[in-house]
Amino acid sequence: MPTLMETVTMADWFRETANWVFLLIAFPTVFGAWRTVSSDNIVRAVLYLVVALGGTAAMFLMLGAAFIGWTVVLVYIGAVVILFLMGIMITRAPLGAEAKLSHGREVKVPAALLSGILFAVIAGSVVDAFGASIIRPFEPTLTTDLANVLFGRFIIPFEVVSFVLLAALIGGIVLARQDDVGGLE
Amino acid sequence: MSFFIEAGIRVVFAFVFLMVTVLLLVWVERKFISDLQNRIGPDRAGPFGILQTLADGVKSFFKEGIIPARADVVLFIGAPVLAMLTALLTFLVIPIGAPIEINGVSYSLAAMDLNIGLLYVLAMSSIGVYAITLAGWASGSKYPLIGSVRASAQMISYEAAMGLALIPVVMFTGSLSLVAIVEAQQGTFGGVIPAWNIVLLPSFVIFLIAGFAETNRPPFDLAEAEQEIVGGYHTEYSGMKFALFFLAEYINVFNIAAITTVLFLGGWSGPVFGPTVLQWFLPVFWFLAKTWLIILFFVWVRASLPRMRYDHLMAFGWKKLIPVSLVWIILVAVALGFREFGAPWA
Repeated sequence: MPTLMETVTMADWFRETANWVFLLIAFPTVFGAWRTVSSDNIVRAVLYLVVALGGTAAMFLMLGAAFIGWTVVLVYIGAVVILFLMGIMITRAPLGAEAKLSHGREVKVPAALLSGILFAVIAGSVVDAFGASIIRPFEPTLTTDLANVLFGRFIIPFEVVSFVLLAALIGGIVLARQDDVGGLE
Repeated sequence: MSFFIEAGIRVVFAFVFLMVTVLLLVWVERKFISDLQNRIGPDRAGPFGILQTLADGVKSFFKEGIIPARADVVLFIGAPVLAMLTALLTFLVIPIGAPIEINGVSYSLAAMDLNIGLLYVLAMSSIGVYAITLAGWASGSKYPLIGSVRASAQMISYEAAMGLALIPVVMFTGSLSLVAIVEAQQGTFGGVIPAWNIVLLPSFVIFLIAGFAETNRPPFDLAEAEQEIVGGYHTEYSGMKFALFFLAEYINVFNIAAITTVLFLGGWSGPVFGPTVLQWFLPVFWFLAKTWLIILFFVWVRASLPRMRYDHLMAFGWKKLIPVSLVWIILVAVALGFREFGAPWA
């Protein structure tokens, strides 16, 4: 396996089994993400989101980040998206396509632009951080190491993020409670 | 290549083991509940009716598969497959016996020993919710939809309680691997009482209650409350597709009982003696004995308790179980802190 980025040719890249596994995960993930925004059926769109998130989890597993991979499954697929699905089912869950599901050009163009910028920022920072380093696939990192980093060096950002979640929770309660304030009782 | 051969053997063995177990499980449940209700139960197929499940299975295979006109066909067929898949996959991390040593190589009796096994179990059970949710929606009919919304709300709520109940266990043993959790329970307190995690009694009780809710078992079988919503999410299912849901539920009952054994009852630990073969076999026996005891408890509860009302169920989950488990986590954390660092004033 070559150690420097410059010496990697296309043939070398394809000779590595891990790269094939990567493609096997990456294509469904991208497809799922694309169908999430392009599907005409809202339940199908949510299920494609599950595919995209599942691909992300598989990617983490491949990088040896088993804890994060399974957490993505547990939290995003198992809690967040299933709540989307339930919300849709309680309010409206038509079988078949919906004509009005897609937005017009005035929403699509800024959304695409924003996604493009987000992609550029993330891709840029990943290349900046890991650039030429080679990550060995399928080598698990220990959960204890992760915990030591998370609750040691990054304890402050970690707690700050949880406060953001707390604020969102309180906001959710405020929104849901609005009807009572109107003096219905 | 030997890696793939070993993995294949393990998976096939796990599958056969589970199928035989489920066959027995359904029969034991029907027989035991018959005893509790003072009737005979299945007694025609085979001795004591033990082949009844097999006969029912064969019958299911030959039944017509009906797909409702308004169904979403792909998801309608996919949902029972997903239910079965997650139930089978959950079993893979459960160690059914002590590691066996052959020619100096130690073989774990879990099909795979993940170092985040417990997280994997929770993740699989959260994917299992999809099967029920999608089954209800894809049927294109109102009772299944109501049943599946009920079921998913219930399962998500009790999954939270279940996850919280597991945190003290993880803090206590310091590992997410099911094998490591059993190994941590090997010793004894004062040479008499086995050092099982059942000392974390609140966790054990909360986990068992959440286990009933996760498997949609009575008294928490609101998802299929016959008087209110016909069959719930599987109203429109028939033949083998229904049988898959049925099997998945029973595999999940076995999984929950097995995980309870692993987490709280010391897994395979028990007195081991005699020649090597007996030493291999006894841990498996102890594990299965404990697991079956919990399964019988599940059946006993089913026969004894009436179904809960839905709002009571949700209120119980969110307003009682979750706060209690949060307080318990804090208590355990403080106790472990004392053990690790001593009193803060010392």
